[in-house]
Amino acid sequence: MAQQVPAQQEPQTQQKPGQFPEKDGSRRRTLRYGVSFVILSALLAVLFVWNVNSGSVDLTVREIFEILTGRGGDETSVNIIWQIRLPRILAAVILGGALSVSGFLLQTFFHNPIAGPFVLGISSGAKLVVALSMIFLLGRGITASSTVMVLAAFFGSMISMGFVLAVSRKVRQMSMLVICGVMISYICSAVTDFVVTFADDSNIVNLHNWSLGSFSGTTWNNVAVMAAIVFLAVLLTFLLSKPIGAYQLGEDYARNLGVNVRVFRVCLILLSSILSACVTAFAGPVSFVGIAVPHLVKNIWKTSKPILVVPACFLGGAVFCLFCDLIARTVFAPTELSISSVTAIFGAPVVIFIMIRRRKAA
Amino acid sequence: MAKKFFFYTEEMTVGYDGRPLIRDIRIELERGEILTLIGPNGAGKSTILKSITRQLKLLGGCVYLDGQQMQQMTGREIARRLAVVLTERIRPELMTCEDVVATGRYPYTGNLGLLGAEDRAKVRAALQTVHAAGLSQRDFNAVSDGQRQRILLARAICQEPELIVLDEPTSFLDVRHKLEFLEILKHMVRERHVAVIMSLHELDLAQKISDQLLCVKGEYIERHGTPEEIFTSDYICGLYDMEAGSYNAAFGCVELPPTKGAPEVFVIAGGGSGIPVYRRLQREGIPFATGVLQENDIDCLAACDLAAEVVKERAFEPVGEEAYALALSKMRQCRRVLCPLQTFGAMNRRNEELRQEARKAGILVSDSEL
Repeated sequence: MAQQVPAQQEPQTQQKPGQFPEKDGSRRRTLRYGVSFVILSALLAVLFVWNVNSGSVDLTVREIFEILTGRGGDETSVNIIWQIRLPRILAAVILGGALSVSGFLLQTFFHNPIAGPFVLGISSGAKLVVALSMIFLLGRGITASSTVMVLAAFFGSMISMGFVLAVSRKVRQMSMLVICGVMISYICSAVTDFVVTFADDSNIVNLHNWSLGSFSGTTWNNVAVMAAIVFLAVLLTFLLSKPIGAYQLGEDYARNLGVNVRVFRVCLILLSSILSACVTAFAGPVSFVGIAVPHLVKNIWKTSKPILVVPACFLGGAVFCLFCDLIARTVFAPTELSISSVTAIFGAPVVIFIMIRRRKAA
Repeated sequence: MAKKFFFYTEEMTVGYDGRPLIRDIRIELERGEILTLIGPNGAGKSTILKSITRQLKLLGGCVYLDGQQMQQMTGREIARRLAVVLTERIRPELMTCEDVVATGRYPYTGNLGLLGAEDRAKVRAALQTVHAAGLSQRDFNAVSDGQRQRILLARAICQEPELIVLDEPTSFLDVRHKLEFLEILKHMVRERHVAVIMSLHELDLAQKISDQLLCVKGEYIERHGTPEEIFTSDYICGLYDMEAGSYNAAFGCVELPPTKGAPEVFVIAGGGSGIPVYRRLQREGIPFATGVLQENDIDCLAACDLAAEVVKERAFEPVGEEAYALALSKMRQCRRVLCPLQTFGAMNRRNEELRQEARKAGILVSDSEL
């Protein structure tokens, strides 16, 4: 970013209102953006290695390196790494990124920092429809494919989203909207629990784990489907950076700047629903990532420019979920925690913090 | 139509949800002119502005900008010609003032909205135009109301519009910032030949800055004209249905209602000496009469809105016998007489006699004795 610094005779501590500040800080900002990306990428790399390395079977870093490059290791270790740990890690990376981008889109849509797929009940709606369709298909001896799961989840998210949008037309207050979302979420979860409890097929035992939220059991086939969907949706989101930036000033200003607000809003809803549906289909509901990560990212980067925030959210979400999954897997090993409990522990305080700070600002 | 205006409307009807609020609005505006909408709260000033900026659908009629029908223009075309400053408070997250101004470049940037060197230069120029260069790196949410409005004006300026629409841009600003804001606006209109349509609540400022006024009240535009045509006492009182108080066209200000009842105090005044006394009596709720004042006397213009009774003489005439007699009888009915008037000449010699009569009767009091 080239910047011409206006000529000024002597350095001033007192800034004159009519003059540009001597240092406009653009270089420092660029540095901050760069350093933040580098640090987060490094964290991602570290967590990646750590995740590969931790689990019930201990391997040395050297062994892992050899297995990953396909040059050695015994068959069990190779299988553990390639068939269990790697797909799971990739799922955490892709879905974590997807969740936080989805949250960022919803926050933009509702002009509120505490909107997210989980608190608005969108994840739970997806969960319910996925559970119902899995039970329906399993009862007929059909195993649901990844695509079917995603479609079911998308359908469920859109139903919840429809409710939330209907409510948001009636109530202007954001807190009311969130309360409605939480209620929708409880209703959907209750119905899901109900059908899962009374379904007796042995396959459905897995459903129980899934309905609590977990990255375990991801296959390479799953990874391929989620990668394709998430990549496309995040790319589209990135290309929407410009209208998102205009929309941050409010609908009316955006419209005056030439944004087709109606089409744009539909795009926001569809993209955020696809992203959160994808997460729910493969990992079940994962709480608070969608709120906490965009907030943290904006404050680390110190900007809300979507062109930076969208990729940063993806990276941040990946790191956050990888970290949380590591904890879920290892802290009480061999017992595994649900991913949602871990993300809630780290994410919920952030939400409380945002709400307190907003109250102060208002 | 013989002459095509830069901006005009034909039988524009506006309203919400298909329900018309105001019908057949005609606006004709040239570049370099300021049109101000005035009228009571809730009359529909904002509705008209929103319909012009296409935030609301027109319920009838057409709006033309530079010969083109606005309904047929694309969002981007309009964005390059029309900018807005709205009343709603925006609270963007983590945006500097410069970032907010830069959003005005939206219609000119590429698909990802990245700013080029030229865009940056225009952002800086806009900040300088509104005297806010020093604020460029401050958080937008941290600046004062007056600064915020200036930044939003800079945002509109750097959109390089031919028409700017502002909805009550000076509400919530203190006097200094109101004047500053309108001065910048006026300057810009003259320099860049921009047309301005705005709504204002401040009648005094509307009178001074506008080339045309549109009075919005009821189902139709009540009146459309120059400030001279609009700002008469009777019309303004009627426009706002003022029951208490009045609008004084000569001073361009509003007055609280006079204290009614039989006058207790008589004020011998003239040439501006009476106004401070009138105000004090009005504040204290004492009904008073005053005289003798020529109709062109500044005291007379004020007294008409403030005094219970005024004894007048025709303009440019010396105080005559008839007026004197009337004043004397009124004065004798009052318990006290004040005489802030100190200068007596050919035109008001009889007022000096009034003072003597008051003194003889022992009812003349000084200011402090009141």
